[in-house]
Amino acid sequence: MIQQIYTGLATIAVGVGLALLYFYGSNWLLDRLLPQGGADARATRNIRLAGAIRPWLFLGPAIFALGLYLVYPVIATIQLSFFDAAGSTYVGFANYTWFVHDSNIRAALLNNFLWLLVVPAASTFLGLVTAALTDRIAWGNIAKSLVFMPMAISFVGATVIWKFVYDYRGADQTQIGLLNAIITGLGGRPEAWIAWIPWNNFALMVILIWIQTGFAMVILSAALRGIPEETIEAAVLDGANGLQIFFRIMVPQIFSTIAVVWTTITITVLKVFDIVYAMTNGQWDTDVLANQMYFWMFQGTPDFGRSATVAIVIMILVIPIMVWNIRNARRETEGH
Amino acid sequence: MFAIGGRKSPLVWAVHLSVLLLVLLWTLPTAGLFITSFRTADQIAVSGWWTALSSSERNQVTRLPDGPGTQATDGSYTLSGTVLPDGGSVVAWGKTSLKPKAFTPGETVDMGDGVTMVVQANGSYTMTGPKALDGGGRIFFTAATPPSFTLANYSKVLFANGMLRAFINSFTVAIPSTVIPILVAAYAAFALAWMKFPGRALLLAVVVGLLVVPLQLSLIPILRLYNNLHDLTLVPDKSLIGQLIDLSGLGTHSDDGTMVGFSSKSYLGIWLAHTGFGLPLAIYLLRNYMVGIPRDIIESSRVDGATDFQIFRKIILPLSFPALASFAIFQFLWTWNDLLVATVFLSHQADSLVMTAKLKDLMGSRGGEWEILAASAFVSISVPLLVFFGLQRYLVRGLLAGSVK
Repeated sequence: MIQQIYTGLATIAVGVGLALLYFYGSNWLLDRLLPQGGADARATRNIRLAGAIRPWLFLGPAIFALGLYLVYPVIATIQLSFFDAAGSTYVGFANYTWFVHDSNIRAALLNNFLWLLVVPAASTFLGLVTAALTDRIAWGNIAKSLVFMPMAISFVGATVIWKFVYDYRGADQTQIGLLNAIITGLGGRPEAWIAWIPWNNFALMVILIWIQTGFAMVILSAALRGIPEETIEAAVLDGANGLQIFFRIMVPQIFSTIAVVWTTITITVLKVFDIVYAMTNGQWDTDVLANQMYFWMFQGTPDFGRSATVAIVIMILVIPIMVWNIRNARRETEGH
Repeated sequence: MFAIGGRKSPLVWAVHLSVLLLVLLWTLPTAGLFITSFRTADQIAVSGWWTALSSSERNQVTRLPDGPGTQATDGSYTLSGTVLPDGGSVVAWGKTSLKPKAFTPGETVDMGDGVTMVVQANGSYTMTGPKALDGGGRIFFTAATPPSFTLANYSKVLFANGMLRAFINSFTVAIPSTVIPILVAAYAAFALAWMKFPGRALLLAVVVGLLVVPLQLSLIPILRLYNNLHDLTLVPDKSLIGQLIDLSGLGTHSDDGTMVGFSSKSYLGIWLAHTGFGLPLAIYLLRNYMVGIPRDIIESSRVDGATDFQIFRKIILPLSFPALASFAIFQFLWTWNDLLVATVFLSHQADSLVMTAKLKDLMGSRGGEWEILAASAFVSISVPLLVFFGLQRYLVRGLLAGSVK
């Protein structure tokens, strides 16, 4: 174990060293090959040439890594989705036909749809409310910090935490799960939340909402603070009450930020895998697309073709957000 | 929002209360895990964690020693002892399992045949009778144990359960996976922000587009690529290259052990994968930050004859520290908390499991061992929580730079 620590430290040093060596070395080499001293025509030409090459030296490793780990896989996955389980024989649209007709996939799609509907909306709404409320009180920053905290916890860690909340014992036993203890304390019947079809999906969504609300709160809180005071003062003079000011004056002004938060959480939801995988692994009708993808990749009989098809569908669902993001980014960088 | 313009509203109390409620909702689950991790398996099984701070009551049964007991000078027999060798106090007791709470401590109870029995609150009992006692009977009692906490779960988890190993594995994955992308992204971001070259706008658009590509898409192609790399590099174990691969710790052997090739499941593989997946956000965040650095500073150093490389090292890097820090925190949290990438690119052998994978295994195979699960989970989330509370300022700044312009 000690050896592993040493090996770890050594590899970190080597890795970082190599990266530094690349950047220093390539720049040094460039300046060596194209000397830029002096004032003759050659030096001028060299300066121009070096200026044209240098950006690509800086970008090289990044382009390589992005290309290998993100761009190439997109193409390869599209290709794989037209091949059989082992990825060797072309099968046309067979995987897509399977996708459309498979009942497990249909259930997963339906659940995904529910997740997309509920989680971004609930997280954004709760985040907005928390931001608005905490901005008005003295201990708001402590409160924010505590609501934000689950952001740091892994999905698996959060799942363990909530397992203790949802735990179920028979009605004749002492409940050790918080939720059932509260319900029996109020005179209700305990419920096996994780196996309670279809409401167990919401039990799982609560975990993600719990994690994402802090994210929404932090961003929306900053946006709320950026609202010009005059607009609010004018509304107060006109006799608007607190709720009117909030929903008619403040929310419309931060609408673009709300959209950013909403879409960011939407992407997280599409990729959500750990919570379902760790809590139910898709049992009791809780499957989602990302878990189906993992299932076809490693569990049961691996089928790369089907797994790739599921991945492509997730990708297609993300594309509208991607286009929207790029358009926004371009608008921002215009004129720079 | 209810106290706008300096007017104090009675609704302020409602605001305080609702924030308090929210905070409770958001912290109680974690607090529950934290408290549970300090309780013994028995305590967890019979009562909720919220009872841990008060004393807990438990129904127990004990068997009296065999007769006849000690004879006193007046001819009577006495059996005595304690029902609570481990401390605590008796709340109630009884003769039968049907009525385990029939008597209070200190009460003298007629056991029949002239035998009387007293059980004191501290657990000591005396059974007195005119003739030799049978003994051996059972008595039922409710004991209250004061709140007690144990560190045993943690020592078990860390030293007997392989969690320490997983802890180190997680660090081995997370630290290089954080450092390498920062380095790579800082240079790329500088080029995208301050160097002029054809295709810059297009490249930026690609980076923004890649921001949302689900990394699920990458798993199969990259795994196949790694597998192919293993097959391609397969050389005899005896050859110099083979021995080098073996020594470097990056190699795996073929089935018969005579050949060695680059391992398809290695730390190097997962570092590079995390680098690739983290780069779009890193480049995007850092570029947005670097663009904001005043043009004058850069132009004037260019006039002074500084090269791009010098500008980057001496001006841009130090000025970008807050952005570098916030990305570092993001990436560390993400790689530490990741389960999917680790499950795919690291082998499932016990010695290379990371914390999240270990936790997942514990949840599945040992659903019953709550104390182990709770302590393991807390060990696993303690690192990100420390990072979070220590460096929250940078985290928030990074979030804002990425989402709000």
